[in-house]
Amino acid sequence: MRNALKKFYIALIFLFLYAPIATLMVLSFNASKTRAKWGGFTFKWYAQLARNDDILRALGNTLLIALFSSVIATVIGTIACIAMNHMKKRTRTIMMGVTNIPMLNADIVTGISLMLLFISFGFRFGFGTILLSHITFNIPYVILSVMPRMKQLKPSIYEAALDLGASPVTAFFKVVFPDLMPGILSGFLMAFTMSLDDFIITHFTKGAGVDTLSTKIYTEVRKGIKPEMYALSTIIFAAVLVLLLLVNAAPEKKDKNRHPV
Amino acid sequence: MTSKRKWLSAPYTLWSVVFIIIPLCMIFYYGLTDKTGAFTLENIAAIATAEHAKALRLSILLSLISTLICFLLAYPLAMILANMKVSQHSFIILIFILPMWMNFLLRTLAWQTLLEKSGVINNILTFLHLPNINIINTPYAIILGMVYNFLPFMVLPLYNALSKIDENVINAARDLGADSIHTFFRITLPLSVPGIISGISMVFVPALTTFVISSLLGGSKILLIGNVIDQEFTQASNWHLGSGLSIVLMIFIILNMIASAVFDKEGEGSML
Repeated sequence: MRNALKKFYIALIFLFLYAPIATLMVLSFNASKTRAKWGGFTFKWYAQLARNDDILRALGNTLLIALFSSVIATVIGTIACIAMNHMKKRTRTIMMGVTNIPMLNADIVTGISLMLLFISFGFRFGFGTILLSHITFNIPYVILSVMPRMKQLKPSIYEAALDLGASPVTAFFKVVFPDLMPGILSGFLMAFTMSLDDFIITHFTKGAGVDTLSTKIYTEVRKGIKPEMYALSTIIFAAVLVLLLLVNAAPEKKDKNRHPV
Repeated sequence: MTSKRKWLSAPYTLWSVVFIIIPLCMIFYYGLTDKTGAFTLENIAAIATAEHAKALRLSILLSLISTLICFLLAYPLAMILANMKVSQHSFIILIFILPMWMNFLLRTLAWQTLLEKSGVINNILTFLHLPNINIINTPYAIILGMVYNFLPFMVLPLYNALSKIDENVINAARDLGADSIHTFFRITLPLSVPGIISGISMVFVPALTTFVISSLLGGSKILLIGNVIDQEFTQASNWHLGSGLSIVLMIFIILNMIASAVFDKEGEGSML
């Protein structure tokens, strides 16, 4: 009885979380152009999506920004973790405090502050300013998922590698890096996801002419969202679902073999 | 060696100074000056005008309610999940992160379709001969949108904190004669405080400052403080006033940061 109740509760929450997603998926097959009415089943929005240059350009921007910003954030964040691990406690506390600012600060404040920075220093608004902003809010996600891994590492293993004649660089890539990998990977995925889903910060730092999917949707809200957009998000969601399940299963297993704790 | 390692911290230090610290200083500069560049407190005092104060009050009220609802929904869920002993910790996180791959604006807009007068939910209610609900374009719809969007940010820290509690502590309490209510209030709840604090700040700040949820689900009549600031920047181009109002918002954010620094020193209640 108790167990059934628990399962029912979990099911309710998932219904709440996934109902809008299911709705969007259904709408992507709706032949009627308004979302209020069901006009029969169709694939035509998927066909029209392939010819909608506006949406495809926004998709391209979104994916490029997500990819570049998460890769750069992963590199900077991982290097920062290595550096912070050897710092004095006080310096590290300050660095972690600064890292927490974009996490705890409101997106609207982060967005505005970056917009003011770009204006004051004469940056040209566009792809570049969006990218810089996304790197900025992505780095903390990387640091916060790599740092716990870093703390678990035993320095003796790295020292042993040095004693056995490895150069610091070789020792790092052969010994330390593989142990950090799960943290780096989940940080990267988190950063990519956050970049992809961001609207508010992009809204303030994009300038005219450049659009990501989020900002494009926001300008379409008043005119009515094009059904092609539903088709596109359904494709993205389905693709990611499959991909993430694969990616998520792989490193977890490897990790368990390495530390049979 | 040490000098080399110090050099390693350079890229991030430089990055955080240029893109985190300086931009925050810019907000204070703009917020505390007028168009001629002279010092003024007017932009901050503007929060007291009827229109702005009303928006701020409504924002605080709605975000407090949604934070409370998120907490009440998430705590039992996090307890159930933490007790499930799922070997795949990351799988649970994945389930809550996954919705983010469907665009945040579209997901929120989907609630319009669900909540509308002749929407999906009302159709189901009519079918079941239950009274219809009519909350679209009201503050209730905004609360629903906030709870929907920020619930994962409450569940994940709570789940992380609860799954770190040593089961032996709970067993010990039971062995010593505490009933389940006692064990919960004396052991489980106090030990999950880092998660609670982190969850509250992860939900309260975005809810307090949102302008998207209110403009998508609240019609165009309900203004939250986020909407006011957004308008100052994107329509009125009054950056000084917008910055001044942001400084007011930052007071709440800083209080939040202090609370998380005091209660969550080890980062135990972190989201990841």
